[in-house]
Amino acid sequence: MSGFNKVVGSYEEAMAGLEDGMTIIAGGFGICGIPENLIKEIKKKGTKELTVVSNNCGIDGFGLGILLFDRQIKKMVSSYVGENKTFEEQLLAGELEVELTPQGTLAEKMRAGGAGIPAFYTATGYGTQVGEGKEVKEFNGRKYILEESITGDFAIVKAWKADTYGNLVFRHTAQNFNPMAATAGKITVVEVEEIVEPGELDPAHIHTPGIYVDRLILGTFEKRIEQRTVRQA
Amino acid sequence: MALSRDQLAQRVAREMKDGYYVNLGIGIPTLVANYVPAGMEVMLQSENGLLGMGPFPTEDEVDADMINAGKQTVTAATGASIFSSAESFAMIRGGHVDLTVLGAFEVDVQGNIASYMIPGKLIKGMGGAMDLVAGADNIIVTMTHASKHGESKLLNKCSLPLTGVGCIKKVVTDLAFMEIKDGKFWLIERAPGVSVEEIVAKTAGELMVPKDVPEMQF
Repeated sequence: MSGFNKVVGSYEEAMAGLEDGMTIIAGGFGICGIPENLIKEIKKKGTKELTVVSNNCGIDGFGLGILLFDRQIKKMVSSYVGENKTFEEQLLAGELEVELTPQGTLAEKMRAGGAGIPAFYTATGYGTQVGEGKEVKEFNGRKYILEESITGDFAIVKAWKADTYGNLVFRHTAQNFNPMAATAGKITVVEVEEIVEPGELDPAHIHTPGIYVDRLILGTFEKRIEQRTVRQA
Repeated sequence: MALSRDQLAQRVAREMKDGYYVNLGIGIPTLVANYVPAGMEVMLQSENGLLGMGPFPTEDEVDADMINAGKQTVTAATGASIFSSAESFAMIRGGHVDLTVLGAFEVDVQGNIASYMIPGKLIKGMGGAMDLVAGADNIIVTMTHASKHGESKLLNKCSLPLTGVGCIKKVVTDLAFMEIKDGKFWLIERAPGVSVEEIVAKTAGELMVPKDVPEMQF
């Protein structure tokens, strides 16, 4: 590595330094735009007691779901976990902790975390279980709860293209939580489908500037589809 | 006769206006897209980060990177935009979406909604529902009037964990169209052939019934 070149040569190197008990922020929505190979590397490393912040927890056998089988995850912070039987079993058995967090609040927690904002007020969740125990404040006659932002020891991100400086472009709705996750990791690791030279990406079309990115690796992706819905041609 | 799922969607669709940005939840709300009145343009928002959701792709167009909030493969409509989840929820939480349609387990006379969790039974999570109900002014809940076991879903007080408080003003069920105000349900329309008596019998929460309750027309 030299200068602004963020490219690393192996997945071992990409996830070096990940230890038991750390917090990982992961991009992806369902299994769309997930850092699938970085997740596989975490499985390979066998790191335990992880707190994982991700909108979903993959599906059985793919994405973050593969970390459940070896009980590597201690706690999930997610908005929706309905597509994963292992998850539900471990949760009902009390083996897995989950902090259900509204999707917009989750996105904002990551965004704020990455932007140095420690907490924010939101109407989302006021008067519900999500708001229990949280500070309530009234602004202009409406009640809001105080939500604390999130940062992680690691952020794992999937982008489409990058230049070697770590400037990122996402593809279609595979963008989802990835840009916020990228800002919120002490060490942000990104895997991409294509790496180009600096100058090849239009500076005005960069979704995530390279300043947020620490390590970059070129991967090949399976890209499974959760709900394949089609119409007749 | 109680409304079919499609008729329910059709009735909800009449609440749309030309130029509306609309977020449709999973299930019956999704069907509303099929009944946008002719000559009207609406743009569908999908909370994973798509404004201008198009139809499902053809087999050749299927793209794993192009999905909606229900994780279904979709296409982008002409004039669509794609963005991050934070941007998406800024639209929702900032009140920029004109109409939100979502399902529920229960709704009560205070406009409270329970739609995401049955304790001990079903662990799924709220997804974007809490953000949607907190952020939108114009929300329509679609659901069956009573459960499979005949228990009313329109209550004086929700019994399940809440998704939002005091946020629901309109409910369309398979039996009736109701508004919520002043701590009561107000019967506005009934499904064709459904009697006011049946609606009253299946509404556990306080229900105001005007003299004349028109039938929905299809």
